[in-house]
Amino acid sequence: MTYRDAVAAGLAQEMARDASVVLIGEDVGAAGGVFKATVGLLDKFGPTRVRDTPISEQAILGAAMGAAMTGLRPVAELMFADFLSVGHDLVVNQIAKARYMTNGQITLPLVVRFGNGGGLRFGAQHSQSVEGWLMAVPGLKVVVPSTPADVIGLMAAAVRDDDPVMFLEEKALYSTSEEVPDGEHVDELGTARIRRSGSDVTIVALGTMVHRALGAAEQLAATGTDCEVIDLRSLVPLDVSSVAASVNKTGRLFTVEENPRLCGWGAEVASIIAEECFYDLDSPIRRITAPHIPLPAADSLEDATIPSVDRIVESVRRGLG
Amino acid sequence: METRVGMYRAQVRVRYFEKAAYDLFLQNLVKGTSHLATGQEAIAAGVSAALRPDDYVFATYRGHAHAILRGAPMPAVLAELMGRETGLMGGKGGSMHLTYVANNFMGSYAIVGAHLTIANGTAWSAQYRGTDQVTVAFFGDGTTNIGAFHEALNLAATWKLPVIFVCENNLYMEYTPISEVTAVPRPAADRASAYGLAPVAIDGNDADVVYATALEAVLRARSGDGPSLIEAVTYRHGGHSRADPGKYRPDSEVAEWLAKDPIPRLRDRLLSVGVDASLLDRIDTEARSEVDQAREEAKAAPLADPAGVERQVFADGGAQWRR
Repeated sequence: MTYRDAVAAGLAQEMARDASVVLIGEDVGAAGGVFKATVGLLDKFGPTRVRDTPISEQAILGAAMGAAMTGLRPVAELMFADFLSVGHDLVVNQIAKARYMTNGQITLPLVVRFGNGGGLRFGAQHSQSVEGWLMAVPGLKVVVPSTPADVIGLMAAAVRDDDPVMFLEEKALYSTSEEVPDGEHVDELGTARIRRSGSDVTIVALGTMVHRALGAAEQLAATGTDCEVIDLRSLVPLDVSSVAASVNKTGRLFTVEENPRLCGWGAEVASIIAEECFYDLDSPIRRITAPHIPLPAADSLEDATIPSVDRIVESVRRGLG
Repeated sequence: METRVGMYRAQVRVRYFEKAAYDLFLQNLVKGTSHLATGQEAIAAGVSAALRPDDYVFATYRGHAHAILRGAPMPAVLAELMGRETGLMGGKGGSMHLTYVANNFMGSYAIVGAHLTIANGTAWSAQYRGTDQVTVAFFGDGTTNIGAFHEALNLAATWKLPVIFVCENNLYMEYTPISEVTAVPRPAADRASAYGLAPVAIDGNDADVVYATALEAVLRARSGDGPSLIEAVTYRHGGHSRADPGKYRPDSEVAEWLAKDPIPRLRDRLLSVGVDASLLDRIDTEARSEVDQAREEAKAAPLADPAGVERQVFADGGAQWRR
């Protein structure tokens, strides 16, 4: 099953189980989504549960928030993650803070889906990795699946969670494919996965970068460096203990981030590990990120910006000295 | 008649409450900022009288009146203003975010316009669940020039949502007259046609008119005929917020509006139709003593306990972001 079909499968699994789960967004119904990630849901669940909206990000997010306050479990699609900026107030000031400001009177079991990240040559306003923007706001959970099976399982966990979950689908992965579990599949938020075990180096990655880190680990293995690759899967909750346990074993930590350099999630991971695992470390922590620039459109420029397998290999080699 | 006397009582309760809030500011017992509705009471009173207890209400940062009139306990509201442990939200929200979900008072919102979109959500939820609950969102005149207002109106009309948008047009955004920065004379009513809605502009200082207008909109929403937009023209007796003495308003204008104070207006009208003055006097006395008691209760309450500062970020009751 492809990553894009897994989105629809995960949503269908939850919508079939629970009539309070509803889906809204631009083009999610008749069109099946601009990323074709909601194909078939309108036919299966009808127009009261799968509802097209105008291009009104604030109205979409506000509707989801109000519905979540009053017994529904809405899933809102914002299409390109960059459009978060147009609805930022609703996410940052309203959705994230409602429970805290009301001392727990308001509960918001909602999911916002985004098409996140680059790799498709869409340029600076349709390719950003916005996980860092979201991670910085108290009150949000932030999930970034890297495989079709995780899309289904984490989507189910997100829909069932009583907190607002920002669900970042990686645009570059929509066409990737793998076998997924039969029957109902429900995963757990806040749990990292070891995608490759290794003893020399820990590489922590997220979303699309997990696959590049795995590619790099293969090349590094050929020259005798045994890498452990951890797929973080969610930034909030952040599975610190899995990373710490790995660093405890390898003594070396690299992060691979698609986001621009400053304040990327890897900086937080690096600071936690530096504070809490300092005496386990054999070398400085190194972050492999995009440079601190807007993402350019041209193939050659975008490829030079987002960390590639070769760049990860080279950075790890350099880090090992 | 019971409704009209009820609207009188509602306005008087709010008037005394706002006076108490103001005095507590002067005594430095209320910190931060606060936006009083003194002079605007008829809108909250008239609309609230037209609602059922299970209807949803959203207010703005100028929301003390709406919170109280939807049944938020007055001692807890004052305690919230004063940062006390017994505050309506345990001190985490403050004056601008009063919320009392137990009575479907879904909150007070301090980013202009946002809550109109959220009100659509509770209305959509009621529509989806097949209840006939109505949602009301109060907002100020300044809101009519922000994008969220237009997004919310369009979606509400398109989805035929059971929601009523009530503009409390007090003629000034903060310090600038709304007329100086708006393309049309009636900031809300003149926008209605863009969303297929009837233009409704009323005297917001006349509780009877507000009630009758709200009742019509409520019936329309409850019977599935979609949203309404009501512009109720009013005037705040004081400035925009605690920091504002309101000196930018001409004395003659202030005097003119003080003469249109909604409370004596309703009182005179009730007296003229035979309501006993002693009943209205008793309402005044009761409201004053309710506020006095609430103030003493709030003053006696302990300050919000810092032990709770990391509670209720997430649904498990805590703030844990790592594992």
